[in-house]
Amino acid sequence: MSVTLQTFTDLEDAGAALTAPGAAYFGGGTLLVRRANEGDVALTRYVRLTAPALRAIEVRAGMVRIGAGVTMGEIVRHPELGFLGAAARLVGGPAIRNAATVGGNLFARAPYGDFAVALLALDAVVHLGGHKLGRDVPIGTFLAERETAFAKLVVTAVSFAVPAAKAFRFTKASRVRPKGLSVVTVAAVLETRDGLISFARVALGCAADRPMRALAVEAALIGRARTPEGIAPALAVALNGTAPITDAVASGWYRGAVLPVHLGRLLLADT
Amino acid sequence: MAKVAIHFTLNGSEKAEFVESGTSLLDVLREKLADFSPKGGCLQGTCGACSVLIDGEIRLACLTLAETCEGCTIETAGGLAKDGVLHPLQIAFADGFATQCGFCTGGMIVASKALLDRNPAPSRADVIEAISGNVCRCTGYEPIIGAVLAAARANSTNKA
Repeated sequence: MSVTLQTFTDLEDAGAALTAPGAAYFGGGTLLVRRANEGDVALTRYVRLTAPALRAIEVRAGMVRIGAGVTMGEIVRHPELGFLGAAARLVGGPAIRNAATVGGNLFARAPYGDFAVALLALDAVVHLGGHKLGRDVPIGTFLAERETAFAKLVVTAVSFAVPAAKAFRFTKASRVRPKGLSVVTVAAVLETRDGLISFARVALGCAADRPMRALAVEAALIGRARTPEGIAPALAVALNGTAPITDAVASGWYRGAVLPVHLGRLLLADT
Repeated sequence: MAKVAIHFTLNGSEKAEFVESGTSLLDVLREKLADFSPKGGCLQGTCGACSVLIDGEIRLACLTLAETCEGCTIETAGGLAKDGVLHPLQIAFADGFATQCGFCTGGMIVASKALLDRNPAPSRADVIEAISGNVCRCTGYEPIIGAVLAAARANSTNKA
């Protein structure tokens, strides 16, 4: 069965169309058209929203709001989102980055979804709209229920506080450079005071089927020096709660073996 | 199924077609407009063989719905030669043995054109990044990288 496209300019209308069986929201097409090309017969209708707000980027009063339809390429080129450039630049090749959207990345299953790992480390809020309801949810909640409670809502934007200078860190380990699927992805917001880590928020990609917080790592970092000895307890609990994925790129065992290595390198790197 | 009307500019020529909703740009280019320079390789966004320029940006025609290109300007490798004269990138690819089976070549040249259009004097790293979404199973990439750099040098020389 072929898949038809419905385009709307109104969020409420798009949300209503999305409630139909077989309907899925069309962002940049890098995930959804791929599904259709692979013959997913459960997909019967693309629902697309062309509201200008979806393409807007606002950086104001220490807050960033990025429309769900903003592409990775647009983030790379935005002069005030330099700290996020590394994360966006590592999503696919140039052609993918010109199509892949922030909203779509939130739905990407591992090993995709690197940008969502960055957003999780930034503690983003996901803004949702749709048919007769709209709400804002923490990204962790969204990621946990994206195929269920939030599957028929439209992601309109994400927002987060601008991290302190040099506090945001991001790395993606892949076998093929510069473009390759993730072996593991790690993002962190790390702040230090008097030489000791005073704040840590760490997110992992490919450590489960979707981005996840490394809560044990975060707790083990507080009050420690950012030295090999200081972060050792955090690395020792890096795999707590993880279930690294197995795919053609790497086994779950391998991902688990290298995750503490890449986490350690990211934590110790000079930014 | 009801068809939808689309129109866009392809390699400088106005095109108008009726297509089934949800049809990919790749299918329209190849099956409706007989432009076979974009290839259907993986159809997953992985190989880059279907690369085209849409309003100057490199995109993958296999993942792009034709309806979303309404009013756009589309360029493909098939439109680069003008009046029988090859584009400098095509000359450089031929001279540098940067093509073998040819399947990736159209996408590689489009990706390279996207780079040179915005950065006429790229570094080797810039070229590697620009073609990082395009897979070649024949050449080992080195002749392609060399050809893109040679085309950039040729452009620079011609303008001097």
